[in-house]
Amino acid sequence: MPVPIEYYLVLSAFMFFTGVAGVLTRRNAIVVFMSVELMLNSANLSLVTFSSYLGNPAGQLFVFFVMTVAAAEAAVGLAIIIALFRNKLTMNIDEINILKW
Amino acid sequence: MSIELILFIIFGLVAAVSGILMITRSNPVMSALFLILNFGSLAGLYITLNAQFIAVAEVIVYAGAIMVLFLFVIMLLRPEHEKLAFKIPGIKTFSIIIAIMVFFQLAYMIFFAHPGSIIKPDVAASIKAGTVETIGRELFTNYVLPFEAAGYLLLAATIGAVVLAKKKFV
Repeated sequence: MPVPIEYYLVLSAFMFFTGVAGVLTRRNAIVVFMSVELMLNSANLSLVTFSSYLGNPAGQLFVFFVMTVAAAEAAVGLAIIIALFRNKLTMNIDEINILKW
Repeated sequence: MSIELILFIIFGLVAAVSGILMITRSNPVMSALFLILNFGSLAGLYITLNAQFIAVAEVIVYAGAIMVLFLFVIMLLRPEHEKLAFKIPGIKTFSIIIAIMVFFQLAYMIFFAHPGSIIKPDVAASIKAGTVETIGRELFTNYVLPFEAAGYLLLAATIGAVVLAKKKFV
């Protein structure tokens, strides 16, 4: 494979910190949630890279399970956001502070 | 330049730029569409890594199922313009600086450790590891217990989503 493994890892790190910046700067709950999905995907890219360069399918199987968990997480998380919106009529995470004391 | 490097640069640029556009758009629908573009280019990167099954699953599961769910929820709820005023001033620049700083630390670590000198890529083994046949065989032999557990997790998540989204839950 002529592409060095470092390029894939740096791209994965870049996408991960794009997701981190999104989580820290955005106030819309759904966009924060999508930034978390971006971070999950950058971790998946690292796993597939190592799996492919080592010729070992374990990393790709791990990505398969990460996708399963991400699907479950998206379903439950969006249901929580809908339930919150029904109560507070907002998606701004600064105003959703009922768990703070 | 080899075709692999050209494809990596194209897909990598699209993935990076669409990620940045995703977190900077103020309209959440645009954010979701850029995230779908990001997932599509990630599927292309998986193809360049010889991971066929994961590439197809990325398009079907992420770009197809999860992002359609996101778009449905965004369009179901009232679109409101994001208030960009923070309670603590300057926290936005601070968090962006932190993210960039930690990214450069990580990139320096990756190039300093230089994993390419230790890992000797074997193209034949890499192609074999990514096929549907290999993944399916591993899933139903060595990983059959996690596979069943993933099925129960999805069932629990379905029931949980139905219960949570019911009226008068909270």
